[in-house]
Amino acid sequence: MSTHSVVGKSVYRRDATQKVTGQILHVGNIEMPGMLHVAVLRSPYPHARITRIEKSRAEALEGVAAVLTGADIAAMPGVDPYFGPAFCDQPILAIDRVLHVGDLVVAVAAEELRQAEDALQLVDVDYEPLPTVFDVREAAQPGAPLVHEELRPAGAFADLAHVKAGQKSNVCYHFKLRKGNVQNAFEEADRIFEDTFSSPPAQHMPMEPHVTLVYMDENEKINVWTATQTPSFVRTQLASTFGISMNRIRVRVPYLGGGYGSKLYAKLEPLVTLLALTTRRPVRYSLTREEEFQTITKHGVVVKIKTAVKDGLISARHCEVYFDTGAYAEIGPRIVHKSGYTSAGPYRIPNVWIDAYCVYTNKPPAGAFRGFGVPQVIWAYDSQMDTIARALGVDSVEFRMRHALDEGEPFATGTQVRSFGLKESIRQAAQAIEWSKTRPPKSGTRLRGKGIAAGVKAVLTPSISGAIIIMNADGSVNVLSSTVEMGQGSETMMAQIVAEELGISFDQVRIVQPDTDITPYDTITAGSRSTYHMGNAVRMAAGKIKTELFSAVAAKLEVNTEDLIARDGRISVRGTEEKGMTIGQAFLAKFGSLGTTITGEAICQPTAAPMDPETGQSEKCTEYWFPSASAAEVEVDTETGQVSIVKFLSVGDVGTAINPKHCEQQLLGSAITHLSLTFFEEMIFEEGQLLNGSLLDYQIASMKDLPETFEPIVVEEPHESGPFGAKGVGETGTLTVSAAIANAVEDAIGVRIRDLPITPEKILRGLTEKGQVAPKGK
Amino acid sequence: MKRAVSLRVNGREEQLQIEDADTLLEVLRDRLRLWSVREGCGVGACGTCTVLLDGRPASSCLLLAARVEGRQIVTVEGLSQDSTLDPIQQAFVEQRAPQCGYCTPGFILSVKALLDENPKPTDEEVREYLAGNLCRCGGYPDIMRSVRAAHELRNRD
Repeated sequence: MSTHSVVGKSVYRRDATQKVTGQILHVGNIEMPGMLHVAVLRSPYPHARITRIEKSRAEALEGVAAVLTGADIAAMPGVDPYFGPAFCDQPILAIDRVLHVGDLVVAVAAEELRQAEDALQLVDVDYEPLPTVFDVREAAQPGAPLVHEELRPAGAFADLAHVKAGQKSNVCYHFKLRKGNVQNAFEEADRIFEDTFSSPPAQHMPMEPHVTLVYMDENEKINVWTATQTPSFVRTQLASTFGISMNRIRVRVPYLGGGYGSKLYAKLEPLVTLLALTTRRPVRYSLTREEEFQTITKHGVVVKIKTAVKDGLISARHCEVYFDTGAYAEIGPRIVHKSGYTSAGPYRIPNVWIDAYCVYTNKPPAGAFRGFGVPQVIWAYDSQMDTIARALGVDSVEFRMRHALDEGEPFATGTQVRSFGLKESIRQAAQAIEWSKTRPPKSGTRLRGKGIAAGVKAVLTPSISGAIIIMNADGSVNVLSSTVEMGQGSETMMAQIVAEELGISFDQVRIVQPDTDITPYDTITAGSRSTYHMGNAVRMAAGKIKTELFSAVAAKLEVNTEDLIARDGRISVRGTEEKGMTIGQAFLAKFGSLGTTITGEAICQPTAAPMDPETGQSEKCTEYWFPSASAAEVEVDTETGQVSIVKFLSVGDVGTAINPKHCEQQLLGSAITHLSLTFFEEMIFEEGQLLNGSLLDYQIASMKDLPETFEPIVVEEPHESGPFGAKGVGETGTLTVSAAIANAVEDAIGVRIRDLPITPEKILRGLTEKGQVAPKGK
Repeated sequence: MKRAVSLRVNGREEQLQIEDADTLLEVLRDRLRLWSVREGCGVGACGTCTVLLDGRPASSCLLLAARVEGRQIVTVEGLSQDSTLDPIQQAFVEQRAPQCGYCTPGFILSVKALLDENPKPTDEEVREYLAGNLCRCGGYPDIMRSVRAAHELRNRD
């Protein structure tokens, strides 16, 4: 049993009441006097030269305060017209060329949104179409039409130091991993399995679209209220874009209506800031859902995976992974790197060869999506694990267990795995789905099958989280942190850790929301990193305050600090708890005055050993791993191709659950999103034109799509340096969903689907090819 | 062209000058500052802008404000006016249904309409009725439990 008072308890999130009354603060609720609204004219072409823009009629329209073009911005002294987290490749508004349908061309700020929209009707733009490229593998070939002529690295993040300028190619980043002798292993193999798996671009679909409000205050400070997952990065980006000092920019983030990766890095902020600077008025831009579809997507990915088997064991794996990053790299290179090195799986494979490419195409930019590219590679490798086991006549769970890495074994990168609850996750998934139970014979048109998939993601390393805690003389504290609360429960997590460390009640902890004037740097609220990184930062900051309190109490009571404990709002001597004092008395002992404060500050900054650029080998490529398994039982209707989910288990190793209920919500919530992606979601393009860019045409899972039985299983393999042993959990449930479903479908009907989503059409086509149903009609 | 309308929102008569093209969503947010009503898709497919119109859930992004004069309009702000939560809101808190919370007000109103219409719905009926409200955090299992809990709370007295 845990000896903790609040860590490990499923305490309630404190923001729940504001959420059920609808009174919680979102950027869209913030208004400023004289605020202007924005509408943007977007490109109808996937690739074209802009030959003329005529905007004078729009400028003359009543209520219009500014009409901006890319050429206007390029002519502004001191403004860098390009931005981006990996490469400065994205113009604030298109300059000379448009690179995808929906690229921003002309922005209008007006008194009323309708006036801004009307003004767009009065802008004339002439385009001259240019050669296009849409298919990710074609785009990667030499001679393909170039999306960008040259590249300029942004230099914003330490882990992206390896992205390079130059190359006349659409491949903006190429990750390589080389281990052992793959060629030999394939020559000596008993069997070779070669497959291609694909997953399409898709939408994050936070219910709150992107929204940004910018105004200048009386001190010429740029104030930004924005729905972002990266307040610190947004400030850095704006400082760099406008060439001004960081303390002249204040970025604040209230509650987010979901993010899932869509709200990372700079999006609307450079444009809205520019409009605010131009008009000297507050400006707000709220994207419509249609614009969301053109703003950021999940990477479409093609994985060619080839596996050699010798004596019943995998001897080599060769992966070629193509990430379609669209017209702007966004964070694509980081995704290709971090997911690329995991694309052979968490398995013991002596010879591994991986090439992962980040490739420009003339489609909307792709960025981080809950899972950060890893679900797309697991879709390939853990679907193939199943087909290999099936071909070898080995139980697929047994086959995974035979290859799953044990604690301390090296990953394909050479990094030893630690706190690695992979086998335990597989074991629990198999048990919960009653894997070993004999299957009833198949008959009729509704066939059942079971499937399991496993996989692992590694946390982004290096990265940085800073925190400041201010304790007041009544024992209450304010926690200053740039972690963004977007529904994951980070405020609750931080409050639990701080309360535990300081021995105060959960209710005495208040979280100050991200505000770059007062909350310290944090790399990113994403990637399942906040519980570990920010959790450690707030715990260490609280520890510093505790040290000061202990010194004051030890001096007053004439005891050793080592003998003191903090519990129930008191500092007392271990074993003789009546000897001690309240935190208030400790403050008086220290300061002799009321209303005083003690401040603790800490930074959590795990380091990585840089990977060898040719082999991808590193002594330490990540701070921690989060293994996942999913188990599914499905029923396939062979007449309609419909798949219903009888049972689904989402299993994840979280280290230690700081808040078990929130861990369960993360495991189930991310699984639902990925069930939705597995069955329904695909942005369908034709010649670069999106055919289903609205929620009427693009379906996501609703309540009707819930599995009949749907349970989370929290596995706890405590991490030696996690706060109370915790790791992360925000993405774990995303990782293995699609492969588990496809494996269950094959178990049910003998049809293997390799291209997501798994639609009834694909199932029926598969059955037809197998000769199990007669093709209908002619 | 502005015109004068009188809207009955959360039991109050609101006299407003509005454009013919103004949607109910725009009027509720931009004029009446009822922030619980939110645009999610603009095409009536996501449920985040749900209001009750004479007790029935409706997407306020698809309604012209000028066309709903005289109808009873209820938003979540109208459920807890004396700072006591409605049993449905209470159930959502207790069952921890909100994650990011953006979809929550729309769900609560749909649940209210459902339970007013059908006090003891089956799980199948709940899923069917709430299929027009989307939650991307994936809080559906907790929302499902909230509906059952709300039913219990309503019948407690």
